Amino acid sequence: MRISPEIGRWGSALALTLALTLAPPAFAKKKDKAPAATASAVPYASTYKPYPGRPTALVGAVVYDGRGKRIDDGVVLFAQGKVVAVGGPDLAIPEGYDRIDARGKYVTPGVIDAHSHLGVYPSPGVDALSDGNEMTSPTTPNVWAEHSVWPQDPGFTRALANGGVTSLLILPGSGNLIGGRAVMLKNVPSITVQGMKFPGAPYSLKMACGENPKRVYGSKGQIPSTRMGNFAVDRQAWIDARQYMEGDHKDRDLGKDTLEGVLKGEILVQNHCYRADEMAQVLDMAKEMGYKVTAFHHAVEAYKIADMLRENDVCAAVWADWYGFKMEAYDAIPENAALLAKEGACVVIHSDDPNGIQRLNQAAAKAQASGHRMGIDIPDAQVISWFTYNAAKTAGVEAMTGSLEDGKMADVVLWNGNPLSVYSRPEKVWIDGALMFDADNPKTRPVSDFELGQPGEGDVK
Amino acid sequence: MKRILMLAAGIAALAAPLAVSAQDLAVTNATLAKGDGSEPITGATVVVRGGKVVAAGVGVAVPAGIPTVDGTGKWVTPGLFSALTDLGLWDVEAVSDSNDTEADESPFNAALDVVPALNPASEHIAVSREGGVTRASVSPANGNSIFAGQGALIDLGEGARIVDAPRAFQYVTLSERGARIAGGSRVAAYVVLHNALAEASALAAAPAGAARASDSMLTHADARALAPVVAGAQPLYVQVERAADIRAVLGLKQEFPKLRLVLVGASEGWLVAKDIAAAGVPVITMPMRDLPDAFEALGSTQSNVGRMVQAGVKVAIGMFAGENQPRRAPEQAGNLVALTKLPGATGLTWGQAFAAITSVPAEISGMGGKEGVLAPGAVGDVVLWDGDPLELSSAPVAVYIDGVKQPFDSHQVRLRERYKDLDHTYKPKAYDW
Repeated sequence: MRISPEIGRWGSALALTLALTLAPPAFAKKKDKAPAATASAVPYASTYKPYPGRPTALVGAVVYDGRGKRIDDGVVLFAQGKVVAVGGPDLAIPEGYDRIDARGKYVTPGVIDAHSHLGVYPSPGVDALSDGNEMTSPTTPNVWAEHSVWPQDPGFTRALANGGVTSLLILPGSGNLIGGRAVMLKNVPSITVQGMKFPGAPYSLKMACGENPKRVYGSKGQIPSTRMGNFAVDRQAWIDARQYMEGDHKDRDLGKDTLEGVLKGEILVQNHCYRADEMAQVLDMAKEMGYKVTAFHHAVEAYKIADMLRENDVCAAVWADWYGFKMEAYDAIPENAALLAKEGACVVIHSDDPNGIQRLNQAAAKAQASGHRMGIDIPDAQVISWFTYNAAKTAGVEAMTGSLEDGKMADVVLWNGNPLSVYSRPEKVWIDGALMFDADNPKTRPVSDFELGQPGEGDVK
Repeated sequence: MKRILMLAAGIAALAAPLAVSAQDLAVTNATLAKGDGSEPITGATVVVRGGKVVAAGVGVAVPAGIPTVDGTGKWVTPGLFSALTDLGLWDVEAVSDSNDTEADESPFNAALDVVPALNPASEHIAVSREGGVTRASVSPANGNSIFAGQGALIDLGEGARIVDAPRAFQYVTLSERGARIAGGSRVAAYVVLHNALAEASALAAAPAGAARASDSMLTHADARALAPVVAGAQPLYVQVERAADIRAVLGLKQEFPKLRLVLVGASEGWLVAKDIAAAGVPVITMPMRDLPDAFEALGSTQSNVGRMVQAGVKVAIGMFAGENQPRRAPEQAGNLVALTKLPGATGLTWGQAFAAITSVPAEISGMGGKEGVLAPGAVGDVVLWDGDPLELSSAPVAVYIDGVKQPFDSHQVRLRERYKDLDHTYKPKAYDW
């Protein structure tokens, strides 16, 4: 969607963005001996290098480690871009560390959004910059979101300053059954997308079931126009991909390279899906075709099949309280996340929205509160994992970030109060140990090229 | 004290005849937020008689015999007033058969009136009510004209009655989108607006039955609908975002001095806050908009509300449409309080923030002193919360409208209850209701 549902649509176009391009993308059919680029060979490689930081000790805060642990009066040490140690007040602070008095404050891992369209549907939301849905074919595994991301999207800066977001998974939209490759980014300002790419992150493939693909293509009078059409097209794509995988790769096919990566388990599947019955069908399709779904996104009816999701080890990436905006969201309830947690399923709070990404912590708090009112009490420390460790797991980077553990990336947020309170905001945000946002220093606030010299440049926002 | 109480009750009774459903109610020993901009006070009592507030404060005596709720550990507030919503106009937003928010193929525009479409049984009314919203204004959205039509004021109480005030305002957009609808430019939008108001004036001034000018562009119904706008009898809500556009809208009063303007949106309002304040024009806005998501909103910031209020502008939180749900008003107000701790940002005090979702939108809507406030004579809309109403962990535990206790049995609540456990060993879930 182009218009942020979090913000509403008064006076704005109601229609979803259906920016149809004039021609389908040109497929490069190479007859030469170009190496078959599977997921393991990564073109457009990350050029991101952590920015310089100082050895830092955060002292006296309530620390949530992102994996369910809470330490009162905690100490967090990081240096050379990595977490050095996390402990209680008895943890010795080595020589040479900058000591930050964090008493009365809170420390969490950097916030991670497992579902963002920043950069591919940036601000301003003009057609010329709307590059998130290649809706010229129901399956476009050949497109890569990173080729659409506009690094100057001011939304990245808001996600950092207001949301403490340090990493985010940028997905193609849901107009297609197979939307293309997603890209995992570090939330660092950069002239190039390569300068933001999360080093070592696996690729993800965006898939969608339900209303969107059948509406987009049904309205063009082509398959799929029904849910059974959705599955038919998907299944054939997997059959063709497997045949390609088992073939000689003489004719390289960009799209099938990606699907092959999924079948080999190298590329994760992020599946937009709302209804419980449809998620169950997708799980069966994954079994039939031999791949794994990493997470269902939006998943407003996940609470009806929380046990099934747990047994299949699939995360549900959900909003706190969106509902009713489309038929397949009619049974959405605010207790979704809490009911999933109660069943022991993996919960991720995602945004899908340039405004929501600024308040993932608040969305999680709302979801927690809804559970509390029906008698499901989920500890704060576990709720923090919904927008940190579990989101990292969804993006396949949980070994590197998402929690405050020795040796992991020093992606850290110092909050000026309890992050599950509406009254709290990030005070400082470090990415790989580099201070990228400081509420106390107006100059430690990124301003995108787009906003330079415009009304409100460098404002608090 | 007792005499004052009885006097107040008498005035309230005189001011409005008792509704059939009206009830008596008292809440004791709660933390009270009156909604009038004041800070919360503890150990307070609220008394409602005949569906109207008779007293709210500390040291208030509870008349013998009326039902009393112990508010210990709870907060008591007026019902929230949601300014500019689409409540009661759609069931599923993307299912067009169920959506009456706009009429882009209608030959009419300003004459469109939401009243006949309002559905008190709407799921969104139930969900919003469970979130503490008891009153709202409902506006149509723009279809093929800069004029969206006439909005109404509603109450969210259970039952068939829904309209508090029909045709409470006219909605026009002079935003980027308005410019596109009007023919492709802001210039065109202003000609459309001027012409419409001129035709409305001419029609109003002409003797009944007189022929209209042969080059009239408005339908008779649309011209007639705009007459009260030109006469200042009906407020004109103008959606406008860019600073320069706001100045242009404020300038309309020179040509049409009777216009009762309300600005809607005003993303760059902080850049012209003094002008807005000087014109005495109130604003209804979305406080969390902080992205330059359109060229007309390059200066968007969450400090917009705080800066306008500081300049003396009356600002309500509103524009609740689609996924910007009315039940989210408290968290938006809470975020404005959060800004007071953020260096360089301008927020609101707790009392101001809560007023921005209660008394201020009620005042802008013409219900000042009657709705959105717990004060003698106001409607008996009372919400009991399990904590600070602006905090994410809090929610209403009881909602009263006109003193009548409201149900908590929306579709969402029923689904939650059905799927509390996933056991369907003996019967499918369909039998669990």
